[in-house]
Amino acid sequence: MIRLLAQLGQRAQEALARLGRLHLFLVSLLPALPSGLLRPRLVVDQLFHIGVLSMQIILVSGLFVGLVLGLQGYNILTTFGSAESLGVVVALSLVRELGPVITALLFAGRAGSAITAEIGLMKSTEQLGGMEMMAVDPLKRVVAPRFIAGFISMPLLAAMFSAVGVLGGYFIGVGLLGVDPGAYWSQIESRVDFHEDIVNGVIKSLVFGAVAIWIAVFEGFDCVPTAEGVSRATTRTVVNTSLAVLGLDFIMTALMFNV
Amino acid sequence: MQDKMTRDVWVGLFVALGLAALVMLALRVSNLTSLTGDAGYQVVAQFDNIGGLKVRAPIKLAGVVVGRVESISIDAETFRAEVGLRIENRYDIFPTDTSAAIYTSGLLGEQYIALSPGAEDAVLKDGDRITLTQSSIVLENLIGQFLYNKAAEGE
Repeated sequence: MIRLLAQLGQRAQEALARLGRLHLFLVSLLPALPSGLLRPRLVVDQLFHIGVLSMQIILVSGLFVGLVLGLQGYNILTTFGSAESLGVVVALSLVRELGPVITALLFAGRAGSAITAEIGLMKSTEQLGGMEMMAVDPLKRVVAPRFIAGFISMPLLAAMFSAVGVLGGYFIGVGLLGVDPGAYWSQIESRVDFHEDIVNGVIKSLVFGAVAIWIAVFEGFDCVPTAEGVSRATTRTVVNTSLAVLGLDFIMTALMFNV
Repeated sequence: MQDKMTRDVWVGLFVALGLAALVMLALRVSNLTSLTGDAGYQVVAQFDNIGGLKVRAPIKLAGVVVGRVESISIDAETFRAEVGLRIENRYDIFPTDTSAAIYTSGLLGEQYIALSPGAEDAVLKDGDRITLTQSSIVLENLIGQFLYNKAAEGE
């Protein structure tokens, strides 16, 4: 019994310590960010790995989410005799919620885990230590370009997701189910507000992107430098990012859309 | 080197596509294009009851949107709702005896203000007041009146 309690306490202590290190890491990372911008070559390379290579899964998922929203929305809306509002349903749910959230979850799985594994391996093969020996700050050389690239990629990916989703809803609604194309777009235009919906969606994706990439680089940097440690850190990246994104989404939605 | 080049092209394509998606969301999906900014002149109308009218609700003439509701407040002296209407500058055609009514678009739709022009030669200008107004129809009042009439008929 006592041992159980002690274990529990130790777990909690570890979790708190990790939370503390996570924020200390951010504090030490922030001053390194400007020097990341001084090496645009590295940022472009990371943009390729984080952004371009995530595009495929984001575009395909966005398309299918839009298609499903179109089908489901149409089925429900026809019972109210207002199938013309299909565009609004698809566009609002994508721009406000699904775009930023699903993109962030996919981003954690596709890019976040890869970054954690990469940095973790660098650490366990002592490349990071080697850099320090050569008076190269790994925060500036390795972490900062990835952080900047992730921060830039995420809102772009979320916007692509939403745009492709709206088009997917259009294909299903107008092409397959016979919703009037003019009504689809005009309803969207009249009901989706630029500041209320689009800007808030972009703010969400910016925050999610920062959190996802922050957790990913931290877990890599903080991992136990063994094969097992790297695999655990990778798992933690995906799990913690998903939890953080969903929790933050609730808070931000409550703040933004309280009517 | 060739490899670097294609990689740069891909990154450029990625950023361009992302920005294009953002622009499409802004222009095609939202109402940014129909926001004319602050251009327009303001007139004020008082209503006994505005029902579910909201700020930014459309103002229509013959079904065409000519402006938006800018503000809703209470006149402390008359206890009536004071609604600020912003009408686009190109529609400076409303006679001074124009009347305003609050209608509902469809059965469950949003409420809007319908203007119907009068016969005066002078037109409404910034800061003018519309005196002829018709409140929104409150369903409960309507039903109450109907029942009252029914009861009166039965006597």
